[in-house]
Amino acid sequence: MKSIKKFDYYILLEKITPLIAVILALLVGAIVILIIGEDPIFVYKTLFSNAIGNRDGWGNVLFRATPLIFTGLAVAFAFRCGLFNIGGEGQVLIGSFLATWVGFTFTDLPAFILIPLCILAAAAGGALWAAIPGLLKAKRGVHEVIVTIMMNWIASSLTFFLVLKFKAPATEAMKAAGVQQMIPHTSEIAQAARLPRLYTILKALNIDFPSYNQVNVSFFIALAAAALVYYILWKTNLGYEIRAVGYNPLAAEYGGINVAKNIVLAMVISGALAGLVGTNEVMGFKYRWRQELFTGLGFNGIAVALLGKNHPLGVVLAAILFGILNYGGAIVNIYTEGRIPRELIMVLQAVIVIFVVISDEVVKRLIRKRRKLA
Amino acid sequence: MFGSIFNADFIASSIRIAIPLALAGLGGVFSERSGVTNIGLEGMMLTGAFTAVAVTNFAQNPWVGVLGAILVGILLGLIHAITCITFKANQIVSGVAINLFASGITVFFSWLLFNETQIMAKYSLPIWGFPIPIKGEGYSWVRSLIVIFTHYSPLVYFTIIIIILSHFILFKTPFGLRLRSVGEYPEAADTMGVNVNKMRYIAVMTSGALAGLAGSFLSLEQAHFFVKEISGGRGFIALAAMIFGKWTPLGTAGAALLFGFGEALAIRLQSVTAVPVQFINMVPYLLAIFVLVSAVGRAVPPAADGIPYEKEIG
Repeated sequence: MKSIKKFDYYILLEKITPLIAVILALLVGAIVILIIGEDPIFVYKTLFSNAIGNRDGWGNVLFRATPLIFTGLAVAFAFRCGLFNIGGEGQVLIGSFLATWVGFTFTDLPAFILIPLCILAAAAGGALWAAIPGLLKAKRGVHEVIVTIMMNWIASSLTFFLVLKFKAPATEAMKAAGVQQMIPHTSEIAQAARLPRLYTILKALNIDFPSYNQVNVSFFIALAAAALVYYILWKTNLGYEIRAVGYNPLAAEYGGINVAKNIVLAMVISGALAGLVGTNEVMGFKYRWRQELFTGLGFNGIAVALLGKNHPLGVVLAAILFGILNYGGAIVNIYTEGRIPRELIMVLQAVIVIFVVISDEVVKRLIRKRRKLA
Repeated sequence: MFGSIFNADFIASSIRIAIPLALAGLGGVFSERSGVTNIGLEGMMLTGAFTAVAVTNFAQNPWVGVLGAILVGILLGLIHAITCITFKANQIVSGVAINLFASGITVFFSWLLFNETQIMAKYSLPIWGFPIPIKGEGYSWVRSLIVIFTHYSPLVYFTIIIIILSHFILFKTPFGLRLRSVGEYPEAADTMGVNVNKMRYIAVMTSGALAGLAGSFLSLEQAHFFVKEISGGRGFIALAAMIFGKWTPLGTAGAALLFGFGEALAIRLQSVTAVPVQFINMVPYLLAIFVLVSAVGRAVPPAADGIPYEKEIG
């Protein structure tokens, strides 16, 4: 009886390793802040009170969490198949560009056709870009990690070429002043392709919410995507096969599962999830495509997936935590007049990742030891 | 057109582009030969590139900057080693975390110390070689020879020495035999009295040192400045070179030179054709994928590469 009680304790410990990692990382952050001569308590208080202390803060947090849910799900989904998709950056760029192109090209279509079409384009672009490393892995055995990274840089060049090709014409004001676009961007997508901001819905429900807040319907698309990922992975044959390949590809093959097919499918679905970032950044926020909108989203998705233990629910929670850190970090940067660069948050995310994998491994070993002793 | 592309300057710039790839690739060789994959090369290079410029400007001496880059590389290697060897965590995840960390910490400190994300290097290493004759028809072959062989940053010569030395250490010394044995069959090496974890620590930290040195070449010698993400995926291209070079120092250096040729060619083609610059920029990455695809089945990684060593107890 006593041994079972101890055993439960370790299982609980395994569930909360992300929490331990986050706390340890915040401590490391506090030390860094101390070293550069600032007050960590003030910094964290500013960070959290602004991010989650009021409705506007929450809106900003969810707006920043939305793309991370997509990229986090993308990494988690591929990981369940034993694949490391670190090509989120490229898949995000291609998917979102395709969605933007549809949005500013087919301007005559009504919203009920154009919005789904744009969403589909975003997913298709990401899927296409991820299919290439998937095929190379499945057919030729090329490791997906290097290929996906190379695809990121290729996507970056390709979309930069495309954004110059589809550059928005100079406005009258710009012509008059004789200036060029500072950062190249495309034309705006049609009104009918835009996703409503959350405040329009909340206003209809008589809930007070600032109209300038950028959180939009894409957040619900992200939640739906999380639910869909859960459904696919644990309620369908495809999900069963994908997880079997991830668990042990040789055993899966022996059990009659087509490993190559599942690798390609897992990458395609993963890429589609990443591509959907376009729904938030373009369809719900900027209404046009600009490369800077997407910087780092794919890579942060890796941290989100690991912190969320590659489970859709965990991914959503981890993305919201990173949303808090990102938004709060930006506020802290303003409050301290740049004395605390917002890249501190990037460093914290990396530290969280290292602590998560270490504490996971340590607890796993403790449990194994327990089992052996019992 | 042909003559304007393939000349002495072309070969010289190919070598220059190949240097950081070869150094980081060698880092990959040491690490993976000992059984630890090192995706973090990219981040180690990036941090090395930043440290080299920052330390150079503060110490007013580029040699101290290079040393700083090497030390920072070793430190990141140590973090990777602790995570992967002592805690036996997933090696790819650890490498990815190091890359994330590097992207953040370099920009963090460039804001903090210099208040901008592009930092000029105030000093650069001397050129070791003969002055290049500028005028005179008869001097053209002399000029070519000087351009190709004797007009470089000291780091270029060091790199060539390091490549040969690495080959010698890995394949001709007992230390190299031990290092390779822990990457192929750690159980056997352990039985023979080799300290598996210690060998792997040394290898991963060497790997970090080489990646840091590669980074210092990028910022101090190639660009003469640091800018965020200056490494631009070269750590991963170096891994491709390592795979194409079958995890050997000489092969990796050869593959790095191949990438150097490719990139230099692309840069030159840009000046004589109408291909948009964005497509020229894709060349190194496309080349890396192509090289990986063609290396499949030919290049076999060390048997225990990427697998943490579990000591049998009892």
